[in-house]
Amino acid sequence: MERYIFYILAVLLIVSAIAAVSSKKMLRSVIYLLFTLCGIAGIYFLIDYNFLAAIQLTVYAGGIIVLIIFSVILVHHIEMELEVAKLSKKLLVGAACALGLGVFLATIYAHDFKVVENFNTTTTEQIGLKLLSYEAGGFILPFELISVLLLASMIGAIVIAKGKKLVKSEKSNVESIQKNNN
Amino acid sequence: MNFTYIILIPLIPLAVFFLLGIFNQKIKPAVSGYIGVAGLLTSGILSFYTAYQYFFVHGKVAGVYQTFVQKTTWMNFTDTLAIDMGVLVDPISVMMLIVVSIISLMVHIYSRGYMKGDEGYTKFFAYLGLFSFSIFGLVLATNLFQIYIFWELVGVSSYLLIGYYYTKPSAVSAAKKAFIVTRFADLGFLIGILIIGYYTGTYDFETLNNPEGSAILNWAATSFMGLSALTWALILIFIGGAGKSAMFPLHIWLPDAMEGPTPVSALIHAATMVVAGVYLVARLFPMYYFIEDGFALNIVAYVGAFSSLFAAIIAITQTDIKRVLAFSTMSQLGYMMLALGVSGYEGHDGLGYMASMFHLFTHAMFKALLFLGAGSVIHAVHSNYLKDMGGLRKYMPITNVTFLIAALSIAGFPLTAGFFSKDEILVAAFEHNKLIYGVGVLVAGLTAFYMFRIYFGIFWGKNTQYKHTPHESPLSMTIPLIILAFLSLFSGFIPFSELVTADRIGFEAHLNYPLAAIAVTVGLIGIGLAWVFYKKENDLSDKFANVFGPFYKWAYHKFYFDEIYMFVTKKILFNGIAGNIAKFDKKIVDGTMEGIGNKTVVVSEKIKGMQSGKVQDYAFAFIAGVVVLAMVFIYLWTN
Amino acid sequence: MIAGISIYEILTVTSILFFIGVYGFLTRKNLISILMSIELILNASVINFVVINKYLYPDMLQGVIFSIFIIAVAAAETALAVAIIINLYRQIASVEVKDTEIMKY
Repeated sequence: MERYIFYILAVLLIVSAIAAVSSKKMLRSVIYLLFTLCGIAGIYFLIDYNFLAAIQLTVYAGGIIVLIIFSVILVHHIEMELEVAKLSKKLLVGAACALGLGVFLATIYAHDFKVVENFNTTTTEQIGLKLLSYEAGGFILPFELISVLLLASMIGAIVIAKGKKLVKSEKSNVESIQKNNN
Repeated sequence: MNFTYIILIPLIPLAVFFLLGIFNQKIKPAVSGYIGVAGLLTSGILSFYTAYQYFFVHGKVAGVYQTFVQKTTWMNFTDTLAIDMGVLVDPISVMMLIVVSIISLMVHIYSRGYMKGDEGYTKFFAYLGLFSFSIFGLVLATNLFQIYIFWELVGVSSYLLIGYYYTKPSAVSAAKKAFIVTRFADLGFLIGILIIGYYTGTYDFETLNNPEGSAILNWAATSFMGLSALTWALILIFIGGAGKSAMFPLHIWLPDAMEGPTPVSALIHAATMVVAGVYLVARLFPMYYFIEDGFALNIVAYVGAFSSLFAAIIAITQTDIKRVLAFSTMSQLGYMMLALGVSGYEGHDGLGYMASMFHLFTHAMFKALLFLGAGSVIHAVHSNYLKDMGGLRKYMPITNVTFLIAALSIAGFPLTAGFFSKDEILVAAFEHNKLIYGVGVLVAGLTAFYMFRIYFGIFWGKNTQYKHTPHESPLSMTIPLIILAFLSLFSGFIPFSELVTADRIGFEAHLNYPLAAIAVTVGLIGIGLAWVFYKKENDLSDKFANVFGPFYKWAYHKFYFDEIYMFVTKKILFNGIAGNIAKFDKKIVDGTMEGIGNKTVVVSEKIKGMQSGKVQDYAFAFIAGVVVLAMVFIYLWTN
Repeated sequence: MIAGISIYEILTVTSILFFIGVYGFLTRKNLISILMSIELILNASVINFVVINKYLYPDMLQGVIFSIFIIAVAAAETALAVAIIINLYRQIASVEVKDTEIMKY
């Protein structure tokens, strides 16, 4: 049963990913990406990492995708067609990617993974203890660092997106336009 | 005995230089003239006070004139070798102080009249201050390095003053010529200094000149190409001195240096700076005398004698009166050199040394007088050339009389200053080297001839019609002339042999009547010939010149020495050697570098398209590279 | 573990996903699309971390925690990237890559 679910998920993943990178409609491409991310969340569910799946859904599907849609709507008309690369470039890049994929897969299949048979379930508690542990192997320091990074990026995003104040000349332009209108 | 106040003698002119140099535009010309004269007057009074203290009060201890040195270490090279700065007081330095301060003061006073109305009046006095500072420092130097420093300073001020009329191309090129030629000679001086420092471990004159010192006793310890290393050093130092004192063949700058204002010619190129070379040899005289039995001293003697004759011959043919005086200066400097060259060390043997210093002293007086007189004449007729002069005795009585006194003095007329000093030189030469004595007598006759040639040419001769009636120069110019005339007449009676001698003990000098008679006769013959040729306008001189024909032409063109130098520098050095090296540098060295640069530009023009600015292109290259590297490491790099 | 699915199959899927991301990154001409491609690449590698943790070292949690960090960094990166894109759009009224190549030679 799980096996078929995985295959279905895998096909969904790959098809929607291909659609996401080749769709000409911007917003559709974002939605295809959403499908891919959800598929990935499904895989996390399948291998019993429920917490991770939840994060994937909330942060990626709920946060990042919304952010991207938001920016798309800000800078595009929804129906805008995307410019597409030349066919020759597509073929060249496709060939390079296929070559890279070949190398990857050949390497993976040549390697003998020492798989440990198990069906452990990882609880959120374990992850939380590990994250906040300050003993050997604990992740308290990276955790704190990541929180600082998030704060910094938040401030940075605000500062960058806010942009420059309107300079005087522009202001006066605006005023003159208003006057003209009056 | 404390001679520390002597340091003020050079420092006061330096202060004048800075004052006038910095406030060049602020100070009124009249004031700057007074400042210059006042500064030199103070230095002069101090010099005379020093001379009195030294020669008559403190200097003599147990019958020997002592050397007083006040110095401070300036730079330490090794434990033993250091450069000091200080003042050295001994007979020749005190004597030079007197000479320099008298002449410099006279020139300062004279310049107030001569330079009146000149645009750079203040600048001129500033330069004179700088020069006075440098020459005082040179005279008082305690060691070779200090003298070298001031030597170069003197060269610089000479350069500035020769090129004083810097809008005149000939003055500029003359200044450059003087600087380059003396600089070239100073290279020898510097190498000599370094050799001496290396082999003796000291630069101090006191240590070096001590006849019982290690420097002199151990001269044979090192040899190079058959001569002692110290002899080489002394020869090199003499090259430096020959450059400054315009000895053959480094004399070519002196005639051209006459492009400077005439007072400058009197001060620098007649009386003080050009005797620096003589002073240098005199300063190191014990070394010259004792090392290798005076080998280097013989060179000094022969170079001096040859230069003396050579210059005297050229002087006869020149028509520019300042150039005649310049060659006369060169000739008299040769005289001083040859006197040093034939001198011994002790007692009466050291007559040549004393005579050289004596002649330096008297020559400074009468040659400065000649130049200032010539300046007065030039001031009146606005020309340097004999053809524009004649019959001036009616218009300029004071100049006429003073010029005559100077001419008599240089010609060695009995009882003038030049008579005594020249006689001592000839006696010294007679006692040591008959050949040089012969040259000396010949030069004495030639000197009398060419000097009276220009005297008659200027003040007698044809009655030239002048556009503006010449008139006597102002008081500020005639007073120095009168003072110097007085000195030219009577400074011969100073008992030099008891004051300035090589061994410092002093001796009684007597006139050698037969030799004096010969010299005077020769001198009178010279004067007489000049009388016959030039007293009245006639064509005797032209006929005579035609008899000598090519020789006259050679001498007129200064034996083509300038042309030879030009040939050597332009054709051989510049075109032959430097030109080819420059070509090599431009074509091959630069060419290689430029080729590399050009190729880089060409290649970069071709490949710059790769920097498209598109992030994806870069990313593609990056990923492709990663894939290729991964393949290499996985499949090809398997051990 | 997913019953009946070996690690090879999962890694194959993630590799494909990764190269789809690379393909998108190289061929798309729009900054937002490129950002999406980067998300794909990141996700492919996150799955790898998780899967290898699960299959090879089931007693440990490093892979999972790394995945959490990567997701956090991705969120931060996306926020910044969107901010930059918006700012850029305000400056040049375009988010096309070809309009941002003024820094070339």
